[in-house]
Amino acid sequence: MSTRHTERRKRAALRWTVIGLTLVFFLIPLYGMLEFTTRDLINGGRTGKFWTTLVDVPQVTERYPALAEGFASSMALALFTVVVMLLLLVPTMTWVRLRLPGLTRTVEFICLLPLTVPAIVLVVGLTPVYAWVTYLLGEGTVWLGLAYVILVLPYAYRSLDAGLRAIDVKTLSEAARSLGASWLRVMWQIVLPNLRTAVLSASFLSVALVLGEFTIANLFSRKNLQVAMFELGKSDGQLSVAVGLASLVFAFVVLFAMSFVGRKEKS
Amino acid sequence: MRPSGALVGVAPFFVYTTVFLLIPTIVVVVGAFADGSGRPTLDNVAALGGANSSFLPALQHSVVLSLVTALAGAVIGAVLAYAVSTARPDGLLKRFITSLCGVLAQFGGVALAFAFMATFSIQGFLTVWLNSLGLDTGSSIWLYQWDKGLMLVYLYFQIPLMLIVFLPAVEGIKPQWREATETLGGTTWTYWTKVAGPILLPSFIGATLLLFTNAFSAYATAAALISQASPIVPLQIAGTFTSEVILGQENVGKAMALAMVVVVALVMWVYAALDKRASRWLVR
Amino acid sequence: MTATPSPAASRGTEVRLTDLTRVYAGNVRALDGFTLHIAPGEFVALLGPSGCGKTTALRLLAGLEDADGGTIEVGGRDVTNVPTSKRDMGMVFQAYSLFPHMTARQNVEFGLQLRKQDKATRHGRAADMLDLVGLSKQADRYAHQMSGGQQQRVALARALAIEPQVLLLDEPLSALDAKVRSQLRDEIRRIQLEVGTTTLFVTHDQEEALAVADRVGVMNAGRLEQLASPAQLYKNPATPFVADFVGLTNRLHCRVAGGVAQVLGGAVPLLAGSAGDGLAIVLVRPEGVTIAPVGSGGSGGAGGAAATVVSASFLGASGKIVARLESSEGVGDLVSVQVDNTDVTAYAPGQRVLLAPRGDAALAVSAT
Repeated sequence: MSTRHTERRKRAALRWTVIGLTLVFFLIPLYGMLEFTTRDLINGGRTGKFWTTLVDVPQVTERYPALAEGFASSMALALFTVVVMLLLLVPTMTWVRLRLPGLTRTVEFICLLPLTVPAIVLVVGLTPVYAWVTYLLGEGTVWLGLAYVILVLPYAYRSLDAGLRAIDVKTLSEAARSLGASWLRVMWQIVLPNLRTAVLSASFLSVALVLGEFTIANLFSRKNLQVAMFELGKSDGQLSVAVGLASLVFAFVVLFAMSFVGRKEKS
Repeated sequence: MRPSGALVGVAPFFVYTTVFLLIPTIVVVVGAFADGSGRPTLDNVAALGGANSSFLPALQHSVVLSLVTALAGAVIGAVLAYAVSTARPDGLLKRFITSLCGVLAQFGGVALAFAFMATFSIQGFLTVWLNSLGLDTGSSIWLYQWDKGLMLVYLYFQIPLMLIVFLPAVEGIKPQWREATETLGGTTWTYWTKVAGPILLPSFIGATLLLFTNAFSAYATAAALISQASPIVPLQIAGTFTSEVILGQENVGKAMALAMVVVVALVMWVYAALDKRASRWLVR
Repeated sequence: MTATPSPAASRGTEVRLTDLTRVYAGNVRALDGFTLHIAPGEFVALLGPSGCGKTTALRLLAGLEDADGGTIEVGGRDVTNVPTSKRDMGMVFQAYSLFPHMTARQNVEFGLQLRKQDKATRHGRAADMLDLVGLSKQADRYAHQMSGGQQQRVALARALAIEPQVLLLDEPLSALDAKVRSQLRDEIRRIQLEVGTTTLFVTHDQEEALAVADRVGVMNAGRLEQLASPAQLYKNPATPFVADFVGLTNRLHCRVAGGVAQVLGGAVPLLAGSAGDGLAIVLVRPEGVTIAPVGSGGSGGAGGAAATVVSASFLGASGKIVARLESSEGVGDLVSVQVDNTDVTAYAPGQRVLLAPRGDAALAVSAT
């Protein structure tokens, strides 16, 4: 009818153009992966054999032991990293809020520091530390998780910090203490249940980061999913691309599902 | 409990971060100025600037690559963030795009390089398709060059990262500001130049600098895409892990790592300075 | 002062909203044939529950939304299709409308800057305006350094600085706490009288509307139910909706005969527009009921309905007794009675009392 309507229509048109163009840019290479993994190079035409291979666990284990090993390592790493991260951060952050508010800035600074230290630099500096880790704990790939905790620190810190901000830890724990609860019980029965969403999102983010980690594992010659995929790329291009696409889709599904979990709790 | 007793509660955190964050940093800084047997030396740093060293060109490539993809990614990502912010807040479109961007920005790595090879390499579907249309795309060498293919791939995670970092700032813009501007006699142009623009500028610059350090630090995508040479710093550092160590230059990798830290620290310093200026009116 | 506000009469602009309609997606009629005439310099409040269309009416007048039908005239000029930026409206929003990157002074100067006024004029005008709202000392503060009440004062100064044709207040007090709210409410009225700008004030708080406005329009479902002075509105509600929304009311079963309702053992004269003879419900205000302890012989002698006190509360300037009727006269059978604050202590829960109508005119609606 008048200016406002046309302006709104113009804005909507701009929105769809921008979103459409970027989506095309984002989706073309992903489509490229799909197209590449369904090519039948021997007979021509299309084939789903790489995808059927991928879901056939015994066959993958037998023919691509490195891939199976990498996958298993990444799963173990994800679990290990999340557990260590939570054990390290949740009590510390809660404790700082309750008893040592003066240390808030220091802890925040340390947790955000890894954003400014490139992973590749961390690898260089971690070499002697890992010499000790190997000496004390052995060669296991899972010990990479100790370094991964540092990598996920900034993201986990932000999620947990947002969660702690939303609840009044101090009043809650004072109430529990006045009713005779021990510090351990306060942590376990009062703080953790109220932080459920934050703990969940910190864990999901950590899992996604760990599953996508390549730098540290590759340079320390440990085999996780990304390294196995990278190595496989040198011998079996199509299957490795299929693994890559599958991992991207998996990560997308996790994040997409997470966007619903977080919102529901808030309202 | 006395305060000193309370400190025991945070001890594990500080011990852990000391071992896995502080010590590695010290190792890099000290190692950059030490020779193979631990004696202080400037040889490592000098080696970086040597006449036949490939480090300085790599550093230049890294800076240019990061700068270009940060600026382009920031501008495109900001426009995308604005477009997404005008969509319905809880709509599927918004969730879809933010999730997709989350994956591409933080998870990509090796898989992104694969995606681009599957699309743009000589047998990639886009190349094949364009050829079938009679368009000659030439060789696909460009895909493996730092200033062409690598730049394009980097945009593929820079734009999504910008969206994720910048979207909250765009969504913090209150509709009342536009309406107040209008009632006071301002046009759309005045709104963007005098109100929304200045309000968003600090976040925009901050996000751009973050994108710079992100590209500057990235290793996985480049490692998977470029196998022949080491045109950027992270690849050079990785090279010191695998190549044979020249006597007396055991710690050149640490010197390179230190150079990276210095660049990133410089960027962060600029960021902090800008942030301080803006924080006069920013609410935290 | 460099920019003395001109006398009220010459400042005010007449506003005519005629037959405005606004339909939202899903065929929700936010405004449905809304007509309102505001005299020059008048302060009109639009009052109603959320979703009644009051904010939509204000936004249409501001030009922030387009009407789907009807016309808007300001000062005799049809502005229905004029964009907001050319309408000369000073608007104060509910909250968060100050530009966060500008100081209070810069916010106030912003509209003047857009009008290309020179620096000296702007400074002078901004200083006057901040003085008017009592914030001269806070001129260099940013929004986040001020309290909610101070922010709203600056927003008011910013809106008035451009000497708008009409001042629009969109629930400007609703985000503030009670004390600041009543303070700022009185101040808005003082300033409006001083500058004489025609003002439209939207609120859901009836006390606020009655306290500041020359006339109050009660809205329901996109239409104006009644437009009258606060006293008229309170004493002579035109519809049950108005009677209910403005002030507290007791709903009591009654029998109407010849323009009089028989209720609580007494007679209540009825207002125009009441239900005809037969059974009906009469809306009686708490101050329209008298109360006396059983056996005291007070409360107009013999009459009265027996009830039991449920609660007695001291409310500062007055007191309130809530009693349960023993007969089934009351709808929901609790009746509120307003009493002097000194009388509250005379009643205790469980005590038997007699209630009777004081005889003020009231509105009756048919019982169905």
